[in-house]
Amino acid sequence: MDIKVRVWRQTDPDTAGKMVTYGVKDISPDASFLEMLDVLNESLILDGDDPIAFDHDCREGICGACSMVIDGVAHGPEKATTTCQLHMRHFKDGDVIDVEPWRAAAFPVIKDLVVDRSAFDDIIAAGGYITAPTGAAPEAHATPVPKVDADLAFEAATCIGCGACVAACPNGSAMLFTAAKVAHLGLMPQGQPERDTRVIDMLQAQDDAGFGGCTNMGECTQVCPKGIPLTLIGRLNADYRQAVRKKF
Amino acid sequence: MGDFWNDGDPIVDTAAPEGPIETRWERRKFNAKLVNPANRRKLTVIVVGTGLAGGSAAATLAEAGYHVKSYCYQDSPRRAHSIAAQGGINAAKNYRNDGDSIYRLFYDTVKGGDFRARESNVYRLATVSVNIIDQCVAQGVPFAREYGGLLDNRSFGGTQVSRTFYARGQTGQQLLLGAYQAMERQIGLGNIEMNARHEMLELIIVEGKARGIVVRDMVTGEITTEMADAVVLASGGYGNVFFLSTNAKGCNVTASWRAHRKGALFANPCYTQIHPTCIPESGTHQSKLTLMSESLRNDGRVWVPKRAEDCQKPAAEIAEEDRDYYLERIYPSFGNLVPRDIASRAAKNVCDEGRGVGPGGLGVYLDFADAIKRLGQKAVEAKYGNLFEMYQRITGEDPYQVPMRIYPAVHYTMGGLWVDYDLQSTVPGLFVVGEANFSDHGANRLGASALMQGLGDGYFVLPTTLGNYLANGPFEKISEDHASVKEAREQVEGRIKRLLEIDGDRTVDSFHRELGHIMWEYCGMERTEEGLTKAIGLIRSLHEEFWQRVKVPGTGEQLNQNLEKAGRVADFFELAELMCIDALHRRESCGGHFRGESQTPDGEALRHDDEFSYVAAWEYATGESAKPTLHKEQLEFEYVHPSTRSYK
Ligand SMILES: Cc1cc2nc3c(=O)[nH]c(=O)nc-3n(C[C@H](O)[C@H](O)[C@H](O)COP(=O)(O)OP(=O)(O)OC[C@H]3O[C@@H](n4cnc5c(N)ncnc54)[C@H](O)[C@@H]3O)c2cc1C
Ligand code: SF4
Ligand code: FES
Repeated sequence: MDIKVRVWRQTDPDTAGKMVTYGVKDISPDASFLEMLDVLNESLILDGDDPIAFDHDCREGICGACSMVIDGVAHGPEKATTTCQLHMRHFKDGDVIDVEPWRAAAFPVIKDLVVDRSAFDDIIAAGGYITAPTGAAPEAHATPVPKVDADLAFEAATCIGCGACVAACPNGSAMLFTAAKVAHLGLMPQGQPERDTRVIDMLQAQDDAGFGGCTNMGECTQVCPKGIPLTLIGRLNADYRQAVRKKF
Repeated sequence: MGDFWNDGDPIVDTAAPEGPIETRWERRKFNAKLVNPANRRKLTVIVVGTGLAGGSAAATLAEAGYHVKSYCYQDSPRRAHSIAAQGGINAAKNYRNDGDSIYRLFYDTVKGGDFRARESNVYRLATVSVNIIDQCVAQGVPFAREYGGLLDNRSFGGTQVSRTFYARGQTGQQLLLGAYQAMERQIGLGNIEMNARHEMLELIIVEGKARGIVVRDMVTGEITTEMADAVVLASGGYGNVFFLSTNAKGCNVTASWRAHRKGALFANPCYTQIHPTCIPESGTHQSKLTLMSESLRNDGRVWVPKRAEDCQKPAAEIAEEDRDYYLERIYPSFGNLVPRDIASRAAKNVCDEGRGVGPGGLGVYLDFADAIKRLGQKAVEAKYGNLFEMYQRITGEDPYQVPMRIYPAVHYTMGGLWVDYDLQSTVPGLFVVGEANFSDHGANRLGASALMQGLGDGYFVLPTTLGNYLANGPFEKISEDHASVKEAREQVEGRIKRLLEIDGDRTVDSFHRELGHIMWEYCGMERTEEGLTKAIGLIRSLHEEFWQRVKVPGTGEQLNQNLEKAGRVADFFELAELMCIDALHRRESCGGHFRGESQTPDGEALRHDDEFSYVAAWEYATGESAKPTLHKEQLEFEYVHPSTRSYK
């Protein structure tokens, strides 16, 4: 199939970017979206142009590196699918596809489609963990965890930290990401001692990093490749209220 | 064979304690020198890599009080390739009371490695396996649990006991997030200085000791020299030398190879693991291959058409009597469940006979029609639903309606930098952990054992053995103007300049693909003297062409993904040649290394313990026409006596 892509090109953080149109000919419907860009990049290089920079690594939907807004939707048109797992068979011959980076105040563009998501790491560093220094662990079976809790914690823990939720949110909020981690750890008995400080510190870090506030628009969960549900944000808010009440 | 390598002195000291194997690690720990807690803050350790091995090591060393500097090429430490591991992690907990024990895990691992691993190391790995699970549970890793709230286990990769712990099909992700969160806590406390999007491009050795690395900031292109009291490499495996593999796109050998060039021996480079159940290539755009869980072979039946002329027909039009269920035919007792290497080689053989299916004839069917008839679609869906969905997403075909197509793909590399019992390379102060070292798996790795090894190395082994080394420090401060530091830096700058200046007419990927083809063809599932000799010639001429014709766009002072790739591919060329030489010299079949000339009359792998029961550790060839030098570490089997496997 032959298609056109209109891609955001930006040489560096300080230079203004713009959309540039490229034709991609004879692309197989079995190619992934990233493979389509690989093919385009090969021809750009040979033509002496600058190839398009984009983040990717596993290409299996698990590392969270790939990050493109495709035709206005973070990760593109397929539900619960990362950009790397999107295939060209979902497009038609002759389509013109818009490709842009995540856009959010807390995720500045580095080059083309590559953004800086280190603010997510800062949120985790503020409290997204259970303190358990190596060597101090008790026998694993000392604390049974009810299967329902373990399964729910697992569901929340499947977040891949891609940032699509932030890109989709009109406020640029990181609430779904933070809520997923707070739920994962808060659902386990091991996570209880730090439950209150965790939620307070992580929300503080989120504000400090320049993410917007959550107004329950629900766009985040629509684009989330792992289907992290909006209900976890409700859970986070409840945890937060309780933590604040205990503190003051 | 003297044409390709020189013979060197044997390796006699592996630093492994003597005496009863059960207490060797205890005694090593007791005899290790300790570092006074007050001194630890003054000691800096560089850790390259943030996967299971590097992440767990960095967190643990920082908790112990050392000053840690960490590096990874991704934008976040959480994205290291370990994140993609699916199946699970082994541990000898014996929670099922099914006769498992540390000794049995040790035994299975030595045997699974086809008697090419060091017994002392493997025993230690089995010992620490139980602590790993405790540690991960304490961190909140959401392992699968039973209704009673205790941890669930499954049997994996043909073992007779249930010792594999898992978190749905995302075990690697959950374990890595555990290590990553422990790391982030130390980053928040200021004990780890994290440098994401930084690539190590050279090792710095001063007066015989590893004292630092040269890194490139991948965003700005700035080259800096980073100094420390010791350097730990946790940079993963080199499967991407084949271009197509199940590894993440960025996986590379550069960190290890740079150390190898500076004197660290590289062991058993030819031992590669090829996984039989991957989704086949769909065309020339293919950029990587996706693994499908091996568990599919429990219910799927593998077949190809009996006649090559039927291969183009849809599967449904091929009558039952015209199908060749070749695994069931050749291996009647194990059938579709033969080990990975046998299943892989059999698939390649039928495709070489022209009986492969799908694009390019590079695929075999994995058919669930019988299972659906026998168990019903619901039951099959409950067991494999997520895998079927993944298959359909990638191929656009519905495996409930048409058989899946699968083909083998490179998955794991058992070879790596040579390390002693302390995980120290032949360069003092340079330690190597995880898939980057050669230790523990011999010629073949068992399923669910790489995660165990990475975390065992990082959480439990390295912190002890590295402490023993650091107890001799802090070492003299090294200034950036030291001749060795300047030289390493100039080497990096010179190489980048050279790559950018060629400005040829071929892309980096086109070279990488071609190199991958050569390796897959001649150093893949079956190797022969003729093929390997040919491959070495092909690699050399392509390598030469690379340095004349490669086109790397852009500059060194910006985010330049093609420059990054070019440096990695340049190192892959050198590694590829050594892999072929190693494969050529090992005139036996063992584990993941199958030599066409060394098989039984009915086509099974034939080991030659009398001649090849050793680790092949290679010294880098210096000078233009020089050859690598082979150092042998003889393997002793005091506990598990070499036997031959049979799956007929
Ligand atoms: C698809 C798949 C499924 C698997 N499933 C299983 C399983 O179920 N069970 C099992 O036991 N094993 C499994 N394995 C194997 C296992 O995942 C790996 O062997 C293991 O995770 C490797 O961990 P590591 O820490 O050594 O390296 P990695 O996780 O690969 O980490 C390497 C690190 O080094 C960094 N790095 C590399 N080069 C440089 C450089 N030059 N400069 C700076 N940083 C660098 C990277 O950024 C990264 O942080 C699987 C592998 C694959 C491919
Ligand atoms: S919550 Fe979903 S969209 Fe947000 S980072 Fe996690 S996986 Fe990505
Ligand atoms: S590249 Fe890893 S999730 Fe897409």
